[in-house]
Amino acid sequence: MQTLAELLITVFLVTAGIFGIVGSFGLIKLNDAMSRLHAPTKATTLGVGGVLLASMLHAIAFESHLSLHELMITLFLFLTAPITAHFIAKVHIHRRESKDSLPESCGDSCWATHDLPDDGDQ
Amino acid sequence: MRILRRLVPHPILTVLLTLSWLFLAASWTLNSLLFGLGLGLIIPFVTQPYWPNRPRLRKPLMIAEYLAVVLWDIVIANVIVARIVLFKRNADRQPNWVTVPLDLKSPEAITMLAGTITMTPGTLTADVSSEGHALLVHCLDAPDPEAVRDEIKNSYERRLKEIFE
Amino acid sequence: MILAATTFAFICFAAAILMNLWKVVTAGDVADRILALDTMFINAIALMILYGMSQGSEIFFEAAMIIAMLGFVSTVAYARFILRGNIIE
Repeated sequence: MQTLAELLITVFLVTAGIFGIVGSFGLIKLNDAMSRLHAPTKATTLGVGGVLLASMLHAIAFESHLSLHELMITLFLFLTAPITAHFIAKVHIHRRESKDSLPESCGDSCWATHDLPDDGDQ
Repeated sequence: MRILRRLVPHPILTVLLTLSWLFLAASWTLNSLLFGLGLGLIIPFVTQPYWPNRPRLRKPLMIAEYLAVVLWDIVIANVIVARIVLFKRNADRQPNWVTVPLDLKSPEAITMLAGTITMTPGTLTADVSSEGHALLVHCLDAPDPEAVRDEIKNSYERRLKEIFE
Repeated sequence: MILAATTFAFICFAAAILMNLWKVVTAGDVADRILALDTMFINAIALMILYGMSQGSEIFFEAAMIIAMLGFVSTVAYARFILRGNIIE
């Protein structure tokens, strides 16, 4: 039982480390700004998720108590990561893209970031 | 009944807040349960004006299936994206914008869909159209944008439509 | 075995943070810089939980939680400032 838990924790930690470093490597390697945005979502999902799973397993197997803090952190990260990614994408669209450089928006007038109120006071 | 509805405007939120307090405090005593329940009752009551509508769930049990599908897709897509980042040269990669027309109407469902698209690596929701009829999705490597759009519509939007509408 | 795996994960996330720092310094655009800082926050959370696990201490999870919240709020505030010129309207 202990050996199985040990093995599982090791697997989780190693995958987490690999995905964490690949995410940050992508941030440097990829050459256009929107593609770079894909990197941190990856680091969050499997990188931090793996570490948190390993930590929970460790608490159950070796300290014999159920630790739910990790679950809360995972949940919080899974809820907030799309929101931060969306905000950064909006910053990119606001600064680098125009109405013509993006595809058509299916019948609506434009994408929301370009839909500014008319009175210039923002 | 009406008074109860006014006092407890969002019962699910109350349960969620109580549970998260219990998890955060990490103590399973009556004391923290009562305090969590107090928070769960006060916070929805005070913030009532910010969420006037109660989102309706048609099939709450479908959420479990949806979560399982999304988690599995996250693991698979992570491996694919890691391969792209590590072994594909930038010149060979074809980043692409994809427009996903929406059949969903309720804001909660659209938010869930956008979050899901972002969390499955390889695709990322960048924007929503000004009247909310389409999502702008960026793909890390998509030689065939139509296939990506169809996959999103078939596997995620269909399930969300069953859950929410 | 766990010790070796923990050391490996420590090295990976530390290298990831260094790469992010490099990106923060050399980024050409504000959006890139925000992104690199956000990724740094995420990697810092992972490091902190790893340390808490290796020390067998609960207190680091609370610290990680606070870092997670700070990271989210500061990223949104920064992006909001670029988008609209102010943070709270």
